[in-house]
Amino acid sequence: MISSNLPALQVVLPLLAAPLCIILHNRKLTWILTITTCITCFVISCSLLNRVLIENTITYSMGGWLAPWGIEYYIDKLTAYMLLIISAVATLVSIGAKESIENEIASDRIYLFYTTFLLNLTGLLGVIITGDAFNLFVFIEIASLSSYAIISLGKDKRSLYSAFKYLIFGTIGASFILISVGLLYAVTGTLNISDLSQQLAHTENSATITTAFVFFIIGIGIKAAIFPLHLWLPDAYTHSPSIVSTFLAGTTTKVFIYVLIRFIYSLYGYEYSFYLESFNYLLMIVACGAIVYGSILAIKQDSIKRLLAYSSISQIGYMILGLALITELGLAACLTNMFNHAFIKTGLFLAVAVIIYYYQSDSIKQLSGMAKTSPLIFILFLISGLSIIGVPLTSGFISKWYLIKASIDAGYWFFVLVIVFSSVLAIIYIGRIIESAYFKSEENRILIYDENRKTPYLLFFSLLIFTFINIYFGIETTLNVDIAMQISSDLINK
Amino acid sequence: MSFLSSFNYWAVIILMMIGFYIIIANNNLLKKIIGINIFQTSIFIMFISMGKVVDGTAPILNEINTLYSSPLPHVLILTAIVVGISTTALGLAIIIRIHSAFGTIDDDVLKKEME
Repeated sequence: MISSNLPALQVVLPLLAAPLCIILHNRKLTWILTITTCITCFVISCSLLNRVLIENTITYSMGGWLAPWGIEYYIDKLTAYMLLIISAVATLVSIGAKESIENEIASDRIYLFYTTFLLNLTGLLGVIITGDAFNLFVFIEIASLSSYAIISLGKDKRSLYSAFKYLIFGTIGASFILISVGLLYAVTGTLNISDLSQQLAHTENSATITTAFVFFIIGIGIKAAIFPLHLWLPDAYTHSPSIVSTFLAGTTTKVFIYVLIRFIYSLYGYEYSFYLESFNYLLMIVACGAIVYGSILAIKQDSIKRLLAYSSISQIGYMILGLALITELGLAACLTNMFNHAFIKTGLFLAVAVIIYYYQSDSIKQLSGMAKTSPLIFILFLISGLSIIGVPLTSGFISKWYLIKASIDAGYWFFVLVIVFSSVLAIIYIGRIIESAYFKSEENRILIYDENRKTPYLLFFSLLIFTFINIYFGIETTLNVDIAMQISSDLINK
Repeated sequence: MSFLSSFNYWAVIILMMIGFYIIIANNNLLKKIIGINIFQTSIFIMFISMGKVVDGTAPILNEINTLYSSPLPHVLILTAIVVGISTTALGLAIIIRIHSAFGTIDDDVLKKEME
């Protein structure tokens, strides 16, 4: 009974837990509820992945209404893989959240943090699992609305303006996706994604289909912060409470890139998307732009959070580049990078959360000599930082290695140069933080180490796990690379 | 297709552009929210126009009529309207808090405050 309803439970559980948080109101109880929900979601996604690896696909009809008419939840390997990433990140972040949140959000608003956090999780899991194009839009809006709210929760008043800016951008993006869904419905008369792809295969290409495609790409480009449409991202990550930026950096953009993959490979079919409109060349240019632009701007920043936000933009570029190569290896590289980057960037942001917990600031200049007073944080930061650069034995190396291999296989030597150049830039921007922390004298430091603070054991605990994951998946790659390979061969040879 | 037969779609395009222009060109945050509303309304009109079948009646099962308009886009738009209202409500709530924190809702002033 329960095992057949797992796909629905995955989304329904956090959705039910969210209003329960408002009723409970108590800081500790809501936190425990959030962790329990996240862990349950994680267990469900593990069991779904297990089943999918044997059965290939699971479909679940909501309320017993069959597929083209009712809403269908569709789970293949890609879905299960993404569910696993998102629920794992959510679990680890929610464990560490308590201490950092109590420091950065006014105490009467803490239960609202957990409510919006769970709603955001609902939206993200829903976007991944649903097989219905309109339902996808609704889940996108649940995820987005809760993320605007969660960003504006911080004590920093600039978070309000960032949230508003994100709201404007996000709403335009979501509306574009809605237009695209509407136009597809006008052509085919169906909203089910697998049904849509079958109908489109029999329909002659028309201006309506192309327009729908263009609207969709622009909309998802805004949502996933793909390079020229990324303007909301740096502010949203910088001014929001650190746990919020941690969670958003690990999950949101990846989920929207998943939607992009889903539409390109499962709905339109990559032959249409790439060859007919030579769209892949546009994506390649955009990806290279993102990689270089993100890395260069990261070097200039003083706030570590802002630096990491720009680094995220360049990492999104890597994912798009893998996608645009249209080879099995390229897509696998994209998926591997999604997996690895989710954990690397979350680890880095969590380290910043610890720094802010002790020093109330994340300015590189003001941090000089900090590694001497708090060495453990900086060792963990350094490991994740090396991973972003792509040093061997870390998971960041695996992503870059496969991306370089895929570019060479596809015959694009130029991209190898771009990737290496960006890695050099990554050495510079991570190096700036390390230099300031290890080699500058303590006397220049303006900030005072707050010794009276209790050690945030839980934050350290989840930070340690993230660092461990970083190293583990750099050495043992069965889960990330092998499954990514299977997914990409499934999607391309479909 | 003559201009009149696709009149709805022209209205959609014009409304959408008006909404979009307000979002981009206006400095008042409140007016940006109004712009977003106009923008979304144009999409609602587009969906509803799509559901119309020429000579079709309201989709109620009876013996006289056999041709119905498609009710599905209308139902979808009900959901989209709810989403639109939530966005507006959240946007207005954030504007109230921006006003109490910064004392202004002018985009240019706020941009300077952000640095």
